Amino acid sequence: MVKSALSRTTIYILLSLGAVLMLLPFVWMISTSLKAPNEVMAMPPVWVPSEWKFENFTEALKVAPFDRYFINSVIVTIVSTIGELITTILAAYAFSRIQFFGRDIAFAVLLGTMMVPSEVLLIPNFVTLSNLGWIDTYSALIVPWTASVFAIFLLRQYFLGIPKELSFAAKVDGCSEFKFLWYVMAPLAKPALITVELLKVINSWNAFLWPIIVTNSQELRTLPVGLSAFTTEAGIKYELLMAASSMVIFPMLILFFIMQKYIVAGVARTGLKG
Amino acid sequence: MMDKPTWKSTLRAFLYLLPALLILIVFNIYPIIKSFLMSLYTDYDFYNDVVYEYGLSNFSDIFQDPNFIKAIVNTTVFVIGVVPVSIVLSLAIAIMLNSKIKALSFFRTIYFLPFVTSVVAVAIVWGWIFHSDYGLLNYFLGFFGIDPIEWLTDPTYSMPALIILSVWKGLGFNIIIFLAGLQNINKQYYLAAQVDGASAWHRFLSVTIPLLSPTMFFISIISIINAFKVFDEIFALFNGRPGPANSTLTVVYYVYQKFYEEWEFGLASAAAFVLFIIVFLFTLIQLSLGKKFVHYQ
Repeated sequence: MVKSALSRTTIYILLSLGAVLMLLPFVWMISTSLKAPNEVMAMPPVWVPSEWKFENFTEALKVAPFDRYFINSVIVTIVSTIGELITTILAAYAFSRIQFFGRDIAFAVLLGTMMVPSEVLLIPNFVTLSNLGWIDTYSALIVPWTASVFAIFLLRQYFLGIPKELSFAAKVDGCSEFKFLWYVMAPLAKPALITVELLKVINSWNAFLWPIIVTNSQELRTLPVGLSAFTTEAGIKYELLMAASSMVIFPMLILFFIMQKYIVAGVARTGLKG
Repeated sequence: MMDKPTWKSTLRAFLYLLPALLILIVFNIYPIIKSFLMSLYTDYDFYNDVVYEYGLSNFSDIFQDPNFIKAIVNTTVFVIGVVPVSIVLSLAIAIMLNSKIKALSFFRTIYFLPFVTSVVAVAIVWGWIFHSDYGLLNYFLGFFGIDPIEWLTDPTYSMPALIILSVWKGLGFNIIIFLAGLQNINKQYYLAAQVDGASAWHRFLSVTIPLLSPTMFFISIISIINAFKVFDEIFALFNGRPGPANSTLTVVYYVYQKFYEEWEFGLASAAAFVLFIIVFLFTLIQLSLGKKFVHYQ
């Protein structure tokens, strides 16, 4: 349809120009992270470092314990994702397969909570966590994020599309309801589950406001929090800052390249942003 | 097998729901009510969890606070700066990507990359690009004879810097949604328009735009709501400050300051409640406008 308005070549040129603009910050980050200090501040800019200083990465690790931050991020991301997976499968099953009193009201109330921005819940949740004595613990970083209305809603929709006859057949064969859920329903919903949990992993890995509020000590910092603190610790050493930023960004880029299909399809289908 | 709810089935469902409900009630539902109540705390002792007095003075206080007014104005400017630009750009890119080009998935991947990356990390990278002496942006602008701009220290340019970063970060998400919307449009409409002799521009205006309106409507709501909640970008771009001379102080940043820096829980909750109302109103306005203008296929 645009064919006659814009020529093929123009489209390719415009798209490539846009792609360059999208990639430029990443290229610049990697390039700076491998430079010697004198090349970092060179004008005109040096695009390819004359000598590749991989030491910048070890140097950054010496200034701040990014290995520790990395492990924290991995723990928080994995545990909260597995937690959400379990609570979501169980709750979505109840909402899609069991008739019970108050079901529609309970579901409507849960959906209603989705309209409230999570930033609004920050203060009361902080108070709850301090009453529980959880401030500055892994529990504070993980437990509140082990259930999501959005994930339950999405999986419930998916479960509703699975034929009911399957559960009748399973019952006749003497399969318990619980086993049926874990060995039949959940595996059938794999595409939906992978999509939901991948977005969960991305959000959890990149989360910032929540972790800076509920943790104080350096030992509990996740990568984004550690990186933010690093801006003052590293001073104006941009090569170290860029090396540290790469360490935060790369794991998600790798995950994205591997699981691209699911992430893109998931966003397109559901339009979810976290 | 399960046509009518019974007490037995209710108990069974409750057991399945228990883990999720426990978390959601404690960390999602209770805090909604608590947040509203806390905005009415005018005299309280947070450490001992005692409230001596309730009232509306937190709301009158924040609306008399020039910083809060500034936060609302800044947030509005941010929304107006980001949302239309992002929608126009992403729609244009999506349309180009949808014109049966080769390497579609290659381009889609690149445009989508920023979406999966940490806001804090990319804001730090952009902070380096915005550097007034050694930053790439000023270097490129130099080619056009533009003098170096103090992007992050001049209050006039801090908001544009924040907007540039946010548009870049959010573009890919909108493109994916627009692409899905475009692919849903039945090709026959274009054929029919072509037979009637409609020009490409005409087809765009009278086929693409109306049929894409549900998607645009959806993206607008999400973009506006997300723009109202901006925080991470600012914190990372301006080293834990809301920009020079509070020039990028937004509503969420104001909540953060009152809450985490000044420990004024009542005022912070009142500001958070105002944020909630704004987001809620926008959703309602968009929903009612949407019904009038949106064409569903």
